[in-house]
Amino acid sequence: MTDILRPANADDTLEAVRGAAADAIRLEVVAGGSKRVIGRPCEVQAVLDVSGLAGIVAYEPEELVLTALPGTPMAELEAALAERRQHLAFEPADLRALLGTSEATPTLGGVVAANLSGPRRIKTGAARDHVLGMKLVTGRAEAVKTGGTVVKNVTGYELAKLLTGSWGTLAVMTEISVRALPAPEAIETVIVEGLTDEAAVALLTAAVGGTFEVSGAAHLPAAVNARGVAETCLRLEGIPLSVTARREALLAFVRGHGRARLLDGGESRLLWTAIRDITPFCGDGGQAVWRISVAPTEGPRAVAGIARRIPCQAYYDWSGGLVWLATDADGDAGAEVVRAAVGPHGHATLIRAPAAVRAAQAVFQPQPPALAALSRRVKEAFDPHGLLNPGRMAADA
Amino acid sequence: MPEPDKATLARRDEIVAAMRAIVPGEGVIVSDAELRAYESDGLTAYRQPPLVVVLPETTEQVSRILSYCHGNGVRVVPRGAGTSLSGGALPLADGILLGMAKFNRILDIDIPNRVVVAQPGVTNMAITQAVEHAGFYYAPDPSSQIACTIGGNVAENSGGVHCLKYGLTTNNVLGLEVVLVDGAVVRLGGKHLDAEGYDLIGVLTGSEGLLGVVTEVSVRILRRPETAKALLIGFAGNEAAGACVADIIGSGIIPAGMEMMDQLATNAAEDFIAAGYPRDAAAILIVELDGPEAEVDALVERVRALALSRQATTIRASADERERLAFWAGRKAAFPAVGRISPDYYVMDGTIPRHHLPAVLARISELSERHRLRVANVFHAGDGNLHPMILYDANAPGELERAEALGAEILKLCVEVGGVLTGEHGVGVEKRDLMPAQFSETDLKQQQRLKCAFDPASLLNPGKVFPTLHRCAELGRMHIHGGRMPHPELPRF
Ligand SMILES: Cc1cc2nc3c(=O)[nH]c(=O)nc-3n(C[C@H](O)[C@H](O)[C@H](O)COP(=O)(O)OP(=O)(O)OC[C@H]3O[C@@H](n4cnc5c(N)ncnc54)[C@H](O)[C@@H]3O)c2cc1C
Repeated sequence: MTDILRPANADDTLEAVRGAAADAIRLEVVAGGSKRVIGRPCEVQAVLDVSGLAGIVAYEPEELVLTALPGTPMAELEAALAERRQHLAFEPADLRALLGTSEATPTLGGVVAANLSGPRRIKTGAARDHVLGMKLVTGRAEAVKTGGTVVKNVTGYELAKLLTGSWGTLAVMTEISVRALPAPEAIETVIVEGLTDEAAVALLTAAVGGTFEVSGAAHLPAAVNARGVAETCLRLEGIPLSVTARREALLAFVRGHGRARLLDGGESRLLWTAIRDITPFCGDGGQAVWRISVAPTEGPRAVAGIARRIPCQAYYDWSGGLVWLATDADGDAGAEVVRAAVGPHGHATLIRAPAAVRAAQAVFQPQPPALAALSRRVKEAFDPHGLLNPGRMAADA
Repeated sequence: MPEPDKATLARRDEIVAAMRAIVPGEGVIVSDAELRAYESDGLTAYRQPPLVVVLPETTEQVSRILSYCHGNGVRVVPRGAGTSLSGGALPLADGILLGMAKFNRILDIDIPNRVVVAQPGVTNMAITQAVEHAGFYYAPDPSSQIACTIGGNVAENSGGVHCLKYGLTTNNVLGLEVVLVDGAVVRLGGKHLDAEGYDLIGVLTGSEGLLGVVTEVSVRILRRPETAKALLIGFAGNEAAGACVADIIGSGIIPAGMEMMDQLATNAAEDFIAAGYPRDAAAILIVELDGPEAEVDALVERVRALALSRQATTIRASADERERLAFWAGRKAAFPAVGRISPDYYVMDGTIPRHHLPAVLARISELSERHRLRVANVFHAGDGNLHPMILYDANAPGELERAEALGAEILKLCVEVGGVLTGEHGVGVEKRDLMPAQFSETDLKQQQRLKCAFDPASLLNPGKVFPTLHRCAELGRMHIHGGRMPHPELPRF
């Protein structure tokens, strides 16, 4: 049986890691647990559950900065921001339905550890672009702070960026400061129907490169769309007057590409939440799901390459640069085919698969030797004895 | 700086010969007169000619140079255009100065993917110029943009007046090719929007040449907004100006740029280029709004109303592009303008939480009196990044020292109110010894462990950023004091 350690604050966390270091006890670091099934299964002797480190420490809307403890539920955080008409612009996904972890609670710590960024990534950046500073307990059992609580700062290395997307393998975050930005007053979506993947991505990249300030650019092929037709979706956000002006311009721009229709605010929110949360693949929990990141124009080529060799379904976000792909979960879940099709200029992560597949396959993109060696040295700089989430990102790190 | 290594100095001829074998022709510079051109960067108070200057042209040459240095324990200082204001490119007497100026080609312009791939010696401005024809630009715009290189921008994580809305360099870099100190070449990211594995682009950006030599950069380019308009707003006091900045952001507007200048800076600018600034205002704000025409017009009115409610003494909105540029001209010329009213000036770069602005300004003016040196203030007000300019005369005995002492006090003040030592210029040699004001010994040691992961013998740009150099072996040791794993029978935290 694995022990569960539940620190209530940063000091407890430090003490827990210190104890683990002294006794060479490997720890699985979790908060709400909603993304626990992503990554290689770790072999650990104890669980360090930081969900007790919860709550908003400081929120100053005029400074555009919010500081919270890692276990703060996203719902609580989003509500506090909404009250001041702000939001986390990187639009992190809620992966519970996809991963079958509906009883778990997504937290700020988990979102940052996973660098989760939604459709607005193309306009406002990823989670890593919005993390300003943090406090940590490293695998060396030391309390460290990095970054700050101001929006502009280049003092010292940006360890906070390194921690964002490190899946708990370098240090335990005990406090996080993020940028809070004004939430859009209005949202609309322009949808063009019936395009092939290639035509859709060409339209998406052209529109994103226009002056329409598109904040979401996705394509749902007919096979994955509940409505049964291919839909190419472009989101506009901002003050109402501006959205109206840009919508008219965008409608004129897409004319001739296919039948266009408009979604209002309410419908738009539902659509983009579904795109963000990978709802098209939530239904069949038996399939494996890949997250593929490539240059936007390369998305359709990668998907076609995969589809030629194995059965799969896919849809596109980030104007083609983010592909969500479902494959059969047996064997290697398509790993070899997927990675061959992606090639060296992109990467693929196996976001959902049975534990046995995740144990046998590289979940994260394997790296060339020099880079893998560098990543290992970075891991050692923070966690020399491999105490924190050992093996989660790579078998040997 | 670290003591020059006598053995290395004695081996100069041998090192030069090795460099000549790697970089043929004029790419290896040894004459005293020519070395002097490289003896300092934008922080001219510090000077040191390097052992030798090497100007490679290919990644392969950089790799061979570094692997030679790695094998022979020779130190290396990378350099772009040498405009760093923190002494980041200050040479070492026993070190090779690795000039990246010949890496001056744009390799790929990819409009559909909104990416430009450039060599590191390409200037910031040249990237925008390369994509202007298609209506695009590269957003981070340091005032030095016609001279500074994209490699230097990456190393310093440079900003500009538009970074409140569009981010610093780090938010606009998608890929890097980097040569590690042992000569290994790694490629990070590319044209896709998120790099795999640990965010090494995130730590390399802003690493001030201490982690690796950047040999290729992929940046995100943006479509030029349909319109941009600026407001010029004057206030009778700093408090009102500061409050107006907070009001604008609090009301949900993120301007493309929001700059503040105090009376001394305003008048210096006015004397220099007659931008039309109100000379009697205690502080002026320049607020730029960009985007679709309808939106910009609406926001201009919102900002105007907010300014009125803070008793602005002047409010002018640019009627056309000429006037918008005129509003900016004074701000952009602020440094040279101040240069005209003082033999020398020293630019600071702290960031503070914005609501402390009036209090910090009041303290700066007290400090200025105490040190008997004038201070002109310009800020990136939107993000709380201050650029106090300390006016001094290097020829007057003791003034440089007083200017530095005053500067250090201003930066400590920034940290005291919850801010940081540098918002965009970097630590370099300049703020190195102030790092303990912001970071504990443990914090700094962890940063150095990251340095060790990249450069265990500390050959890349040593003497910058960190006040104390620890040996990597010593940093690697792990001491666990007390704290055994709590017994299972005891209650958990
Ligand atoms: C008048 C003036 C105005 C300025 N305005 C601004 C401003 O508005 N905003 C701002 O942020 N900065 C500003 N700066 C500071 C400076 O221009 C920036 O820091 C710039 O990015 C430095 O670029 P550079 O090419 O001159 O680099 P250098 O000064 O040559 O080098 C800077 C650092 O980068 C390292 N480096 C350079 N190239 C590489 C490479 N290829 N690989 C690894 N390391 C490398 C060097 O070792 C050094 O540590 C200003 C400077 C001046 C003189």
